[in-house]
Amino acid sequence: MKRIKRILERTIESILTVSGAVTSIAILLIVIFLFKEGLGLFKSPSVEKGYSLYVNSKNTVNDLDVEDIKHIYDSEVENWKELGGRDQEIKIFRFEEIFNIYSDEELGKDYSLLPEKLGEVIIQNPNIIAYLPQQYAPTDIQGVKALPSKDISIGDFFGGREWMPTATPSPLFGVLPLILGTLIVSIIAILIALPLGLGVAIYLSELAGERTRKLMKPTIELLAGIPSVVYGFFGLVVLVPIVQKVFGLSVGETAFTGSLILAIMALPTIITVAEDALRNTPRDMREASLALGATQWQTIYKVVIPYSASGISAAVVLGIGRAMGETMAVLMVTGNAAVMPHSLFEPVRTIPATIAAELGEAPAGGAHYQSLFLLGCILFVITMIVSITAEVISKKQLNKGV
Amino acid sequence: MIEAKDINFYYGDFHALKDINIKMDINTVTAFIGPSGCGKSTFLRLFNRMNDLIDKTRITGECIVQGENIYDKSIQVDQLRKKVGMVFQKPNPFPKSIFENVAYGLRVNDMGDKKIIAERVEESLIAAALWDEVKDKLKKSAFELSGGQQQRLCIARALAVSPSILLMDEPASSLDPISTSKIEELIHNLKKDYTIVIVTHNMQQAARISDMTGFFMMGELVEFSETKKMFLNPEKKETQNYITGRFG
Repeated sequence: MKRIKRILERTIESILTVSGAVTSIAILLIVIFLFKEGLGLFKSPSVEKGYSLYVNSKNTVNDLDVEDIKHIYDSEVENWKELGGRDQEIKIFRFEEIFNIYSDEELGKDYSLLPEKLGEVIIQNPNIIAYLPQQYAPTDIQGVKALPSKDISIGDFFGGREWMPTATPSPLFGVLPLILGTLIVSIIAILIALPLGLGVAIYLSELAGERTRKLMKPTIELLAGIPSVVYGFFGLVVLVPIVQKVFGLSVGETAFTGSLILAIMALPTIITVAEDALRNTPRDMREASLALGATQWQTIYKVVIPYSASGISAAVVLGIGRAMGETMAVLMVTGNAAVMPHSLFEPVRTIPATIAAELGEAPAGGAHYQSLFLLGCILFVITMIVSITAEVISKKQLNKGV
Repeated sequence: MIEAKDINFYYGDFHALKDINIKMDINTVTAFIGPSGCGKSTFLRLFNRMNDLIDKTRITGECIVQGENIYDKSIQVDQLRKKVGMVFQKPNPFPKSIFENVAYGLRVNDMGDKKIIAERVEESLIAAALWDEVKDKLKKSAFELSGGQQQRLCIARALAVSPSILLMDEPASSLDPISTSKIEELIHNLKKDYTIVIVTHNMQQAARISDMTGFFMMGELVEFSETKKMFLNPEKKETQNYITGRFG
C-alpha cells in the first residue's frame, strides 16, 4: 500500500514537472516564432519579389525611396525634377501596356522578344519609369537601367507614417499610425477606467455594506465574462451614435469611442482584482491605524492602499493588457482607418485590429505577412514594458512603504 | 477613571457580555483573565470602540472614560481612540519604516511639525525601551525587527499620540520568554504615566504585572478584586478552579 502511494506521488510530481516545462517551452517557442517571422521583414525587398523598376539610363535619378515610388504611382509627384532629376514629366509605364504597342507575333514565340521590346520602349522614352517582372526584364540592354532594389529598412517601418501594405509597386509599412492608434485608444481607456475602477473597488471593499457587496461583486465578475464581440456590438449600436451626436461628428467611429468601449471592458477586471487586493489587507493593519485615531479615509489611503499596492498594480497591468490586446470590439468601433491620428475624434486603427483584419489576406511568407508578425512583436514588447514598469512601481511602493 | 455600567454586548444573536459592571482607577494595571471565548478581549475592545468595526454587533449600557459615555452620539471615535491607545495580540507594524510607524499617529492627528514629530518619535521609542536597539536604523523597514522588537514598536506607536489609557490585548502571547519579560518590565514602568488594561491568558503574567484582576467566564465578570487577593484567596469557586488549573 505504502509503495503504491509513493509511486503515485512520484508520478504526480513528474507529471507536474513535465507539464510545467512543456508550457514554459511552448510559450518561449511562440515568442521565438513571432520574432523570427517578424524580423524577416527587414530582409524583404521594398518592391514586390520578382519585380524591379527600370528607367532610361540617361535619367539622372539613380535611387528612389519607398515613399517616392508611392508618390509617383499616386501621381503626387509628376516631374523628375522633384526627385532630383531633369525637368521632365514622369511617364509611368505598366507592363501590360506592351501588349498594346506590339502584337503577339512581334513579341516572338513564348514572348522571347519581350525583354528586347521593353528595352526599346524604355530607350525611346527618357522620362519613363517601368515596373516589370524580372523574368522579362531588359537587363542586358544598353540604355536601360534598373533601379537598385532595397530591403525594407527599420527606419521605414518604425518611422513610416503610412500603412499601405497592399500598395503596388511598393507597399508601405509605416507602423507609426498603428502604434499611435493603439497607444491613444489604450491610454484614454485606462485614464477613464482606472480612477473609476479603483473608486468602485475602494467603495466595495471599504464602504459598501455586506449585502451590497454580495450583490455587486458577482455581477461585476459576470461582466468580465461577456465575449468582446458582444461589447463591440453594443459599442457599434449604442456608443457610436451617442458619440457622434454628443460631439457633433460626421462619424461616430472614433478613437474615443474605442477608448470608451475598452474602458467598459477593462472595468470588471480592474474592479475585481483591485477589490481582492484591498480586502486582502489584514484586519490587523486597519485596526492598528484606526486605534491610533486615524479616520477611515486616512486608514484607506495611508495603510490599505499602500499595503495592496502590488495587487492594485496587478489590476492596472491586467486592465492595460486587456486594453492593448483587445481586438474585436475595437475593430468594430474605431472606424479602422490606418492614418496618423490628429485628434481623439477621428477614426484610428490599433495594432491588434490590423492583425485581425489583414492576416487573412496577407500571402503567407510575404512582406505583408511578416509585417503583421512584427506588429505582434511590437504589441508583445509594449505589454511587457507595461508589466515590468508596474512590477517595479509596486515593489518600490512596498519598500518605501509610503 | 474608567467605568462600565450594565454592559451587555451581542454579536448578532450571541450574547457575548452579560451585565458587566466595573471601575478601574487611573495609573493602575488591570488584568483580565479567563478561558478562551469568555469575552475578555471583547470587553477590552469596548473601550476604544474597536468592536464598531465588526458587523452586526450591539451594545447596551454605559462605558465611561474620563467622565464621558464613549457610546454617546456626540463622541468622535477617532478622538476617543487617540486618548485610548491599543496594543494588539500579534505585532502589527505597518509596512513602513520604523520611524514612520511611530510617526503615523502623529501625522494622522496633525500633531506638530517635522521637528516635533522627530522628538516625539524618539521619546516614544525611549519610553517603549526600544530606542537603543533601533536608533541607527530608523529608516529601515519595521519588518526587519524581531517579533519582540516589533511589539515594542507597536507600543511606542501607541504611546506617541500621548494616550492616557493603554489597552493591551494579550500583548506577549506570540513572543518568546525573553521578549515577554521585556514587555512586562515595560508595562511596569509605564504604569506611572498611563492607565493600563491588559488581557492575558497567562495567569502568572497577570499576577506579576497587575494591581487589579478581573476573571471572566461565559461572558460574565465572575470576580474582580485586587490581584493578590484574587490569586491567594479568591471569593468564587469558579475563580479558584480556574487559577488552580482545574479547567480552562
